[in-house]
Amino acid sequence: MIRIINLFFFIFFLLSAKAYSLIEIDITRGNLDPLPIAVSPLFQDDNSKRNSINELKIENVGSEISLVVENNLKISGLFNPLSKEAFLQKPDIAHLKPRFEDWALIKAQALITGKVTIEDKKLKVEFRLWDILAGREMMALAFTTVPSNWRRVGHIISDKVYERLTGEKGYFDTRIIYVSEEGPKTARVKKLAIMDQDGFNTKYLTLGNELVLTPRFNPTSQMVTYLSYFKNLPRVYLLDIETGTQEVVGDFPGMTFAPRFSPDGKKIIMSFAKDGNSDIYTMDLENRIVERITNHPSIDTSPSYSPDNRFITFNSDRSGFQQIYVMKSDGSNVKRISFGKGLYGTPVWSPRGDLIAFTKLHKGKFYIGVMRTDGSGERLLTENYYQEAPSWSPNGRVLIFYRETKSNDKGEGFSAKLWSIDLTGYNERQVQTETDASDPSWSSLLSN
Amino acid sequence: MNFSKSFRNTFLVILLSLIVSACATKKTTTTVEGQMQGDVYTGTDTVKYLADGVPDRVFFATNESILTTKSRDTLRKQANWLRENSSINVVVEGHADERGTREYNLALGERRANAAKDYLITYGISADRISVISYGKERPVDSGSNPLSWSKNRRSVTVKAN
Repeated sequence: MIRIINLFFFIFFLLSAKAYSLIEIDITRGNLDPLPIAVSPLFQDDNSKRNSINELKIENVGSEISLVVENNLKISGLFNPLSKEAFLQKPDIAHLKPRFEDWALIKAQALITGKVTIEDKKLKVEFRLWDILAGREMMALAFTTVPSNWRRVGHIISDKVYERLTGEKGYFDTRIIYVSEEGPKTARVKKLAIMDQDGFNTKYLTLGNELVLTPRFNPTSQMVTYLSYFKNLPRVYLLDIETGTQEVVGDFPGMTFAPRFSPDGKKIIMSFAKDGNSDIYTMDLENRIVERITNHPSIDTSPSYSPDNRFITFNSDRSGFQQIYVMKSDGSNVKRISFGKGLYGTPVWSPRGDLIAFTKLHKGKFYIGVMRTDGSGERLLTENYYQEAPSWSPNGRVLIFYRETKSNDKGEGFSAKLWSIDLTGYNERQVQTETDASDPSWSSLLSN
Repeated sequence: MNFSKSFRNTFLVILLSLIVSACATKKTTTTVEGQMQGDVYTGTDTVKYLADGVPDRVFFATNESILTTKSRDTLRKQANWLRENSSINVVVEGHADERGTREYNLALGERRANAAKDYLITYGISADRISVISYGKERPVDSGSNPLSWSKNRRSVTVKAN
């Protein structure tokens, strides 16, 4: 279903990337003063406008792409895109050579300009990033792709700008897989759904005939592992998003659940429940060999690998209550790492390797938090009535999770929505979905 | 004299307030007692019957899979009924309330269903007549977000499979 991206990338002019610039953004702390940036509509000539209408039913795709970029930069919380009404220079002129004093006048510190052409069923886009204070170009790139990929072009531009100004990879050219929810609480209909990170291009991957839960991407974001109650047999499945083919993972005589891929994509790690006891298992996707990793009469579940595949974090109630543990990937050296007050669950290792995100339940409140991999430095990012299951953005800077509201005694007022928050604890916001939603999983960066 | 009078008055006030508060306490405990013991549901609102006098479900305390005296009584009735109806197989569904993480609740539901299954086996029902399935927190019977609703949802339900 996901089309392999036919994206030819050529860099025609790029200043040495680490050159000194006046503008840069520190993303390691809460950014309360977002960078004022002007995103000029990408210029499009009349011929391309006609082709744009024919190909995409959109009159001005250049302007639309600039809106995608503007929205991405805004939701990152690090940028403050300025109102286009205040722009003094026309898009085509600004793209050739901005009059820096005009942009400085409206307090812009950075400027994005660009140009699009649609010819022979190809979309060509070039853009430039300008440092207004220093009065010079910071970056220039051009892409050619199929016209239907225009939103992705906006995401890739956003990623390049984010990377140039923060020094870290972006996370805009990504997708979210999640569970779409509809209907009353006692008879919820759940479907697998996938959408762009900004909430556009939603597609439903199952029809809602059977209960589905906890989808997770593999490292290339082309495969998904999830739990399905197909034929009333709860089992872990593997789904190829492009071809739509799916299969049961392994041949277990009972429920398998809580699946995730190893970061190298070679294994699926999950829980298998038998006779009231849940332990952690892996299955090698190449040779189909199943290995038992934990062997304990307690509940061991929600496993997640470290990015180097050497360790596994999971939650277990072997102490009497649900707590977070870390072990070597062969199951040895099991160590409890959560010792704060309350219950701890759903540990997920950061793609940067240094932190574990988790859900905490304490005195009737649910928290999303992070701790170092030895359990030190616990930091709670957000408190609410119910929220759980954080998933990391590929650059390890943002967490997406789901939140449910309290119902009244008749069950009214219930909702489930996706939310995101920066690792700093700032920039908490709802992620738009067509329906109620839960169990989000963030893909890797698709264009790298 | 003066002292003892004021002492007596104080004593009366304390006594009165004790009686009042005792009444208040008694009143609240009786209403809760009708529905819950500890945080285990003891009411009959949601209960269905496999046969006359054979309830289909048992209830659990938060995060627990221990069978209460009442649960064991219910399961013995189910075992008797299953012995008399030897052609019937059952599925024991395990459920959790909404106040836990999804994956842990799946495991907890499985643990609860197996606690009920094991008890039926102890009372002579063959293991191959009983299958289990956990729904975690996915299939509540009561959609409220309050302790009583949650107590109705922490359950295992024995359902005819054929």
